[in-house]
Amino acid sequence: MPSREAEPRLAGLEIAGRRLASRLLLGTGGFQSFELLAAAIGASGTAVVTVALRRIDPAGRGSLIGVLDAAGVDVLPNTAGCHTARDAVLTARLAREAFATDWIKLEVIGDERTLLPDAVELLAAAEELVDDGFVVLPYTNDDPILARRLEDVGCAAVMPLGSPIGSGMGICNPYNITLICDRAGVPVILDAGIGTASDAALAIELGCDGVLCASAISRARDPAAMARAVALGVEAGELARAAGRIERRSHAVASTPEKGRPVL
Amino acid sequence: MIVLNGSPRDGTPSLGVLLDELGLGSDARGVAVAVDGEVVPRSEWDRWALVDGARVEVVDAIQGG
Repeated sequence: MPSREAEPRLAGLEIAGRRLASRLLLGTGGFQSFELLAAAIGASGTAVVTVALRRIDPAGRGSLIGVLDAAGVDVLPNTAGCHTARDAVLTARLAREAFATDWIKLEVIGDERTLLPDAVELLAAAEELVDDGFVVLPYTNDDPILARRLEDVGCAAVMPLGSPIGSGMGICNPYNITLICDRAGVPVILDAGIGTASDAALAIELGCDGVLCASAISRARDPAAMARAVALGVEAGELARAAGRIERRSHAVASTPEKGRPVL
Repeated sequence: MIVLNGSPRDGTPSLGVLLDELGLGSDARGVAVAVDGEVVPRSEWDRWALVDGARVEVVDAIQGG
């Protein structure tokens, strides 16, 4: 049996010159306690987790940052809830002060019902933030043209959705995700829509360089177990992609030779 | 009077005093401040003056994304 080391591996995930220890990024939203969050971080093997910014509650300051420090993960702040480029840019600048990082997961949402990105505002915000020195990771539609435009303005990665945030519908348009991956010159991270481990495997098989997963893990009955499952899904997808899947055919191809079959 | 996170608040303290009252030193992690739509760098919290009616937003890290 060949050793793991002998198996072909893809190049790891590197964003803006920084090598990440895992292809799986974890969203921290939805965990019912810091204990469950910490357990899921450990089980996921992730190196990067997302956080958001909201008006402070002086009476209820938690120790989220302490939990993340103890877990040894880097913080990727997001601009969740922003509807305009102006709000997103200001939120990114707040995040830079809050976390002393110029990395930003850029979200500019079109409406509350779908939480789909507003392409026009997203591109404007991305351009302004890149010009301001940010490492911009935009949450985007599964639109190959928009992904290319985001790359053209200098985004360090593109993060197309598989399906709407929190929907758990998986990858609704694998054809578009493949198109984005085929043409991208920056890492592609599948963001939003992951429902379970096999969705993460599919994302990597399609050509994504990483997966960002929140609700599928945080809202699972057993978040730590799902974190491990999704991490293994990512790894399985990586191995499968490197191994090279067979072509799809519309007819059967016998795996047992016909020659030598006895006449009975 | 100033407006802190959308709520009127008596007095017009300096930003440093206001943050002290909130228990936030310049080493407070995961915290950031904007005044009238502009981010105030952490290094300037202490010496930032607030004018009457200033809109102050103080934000903190929460789980999300």
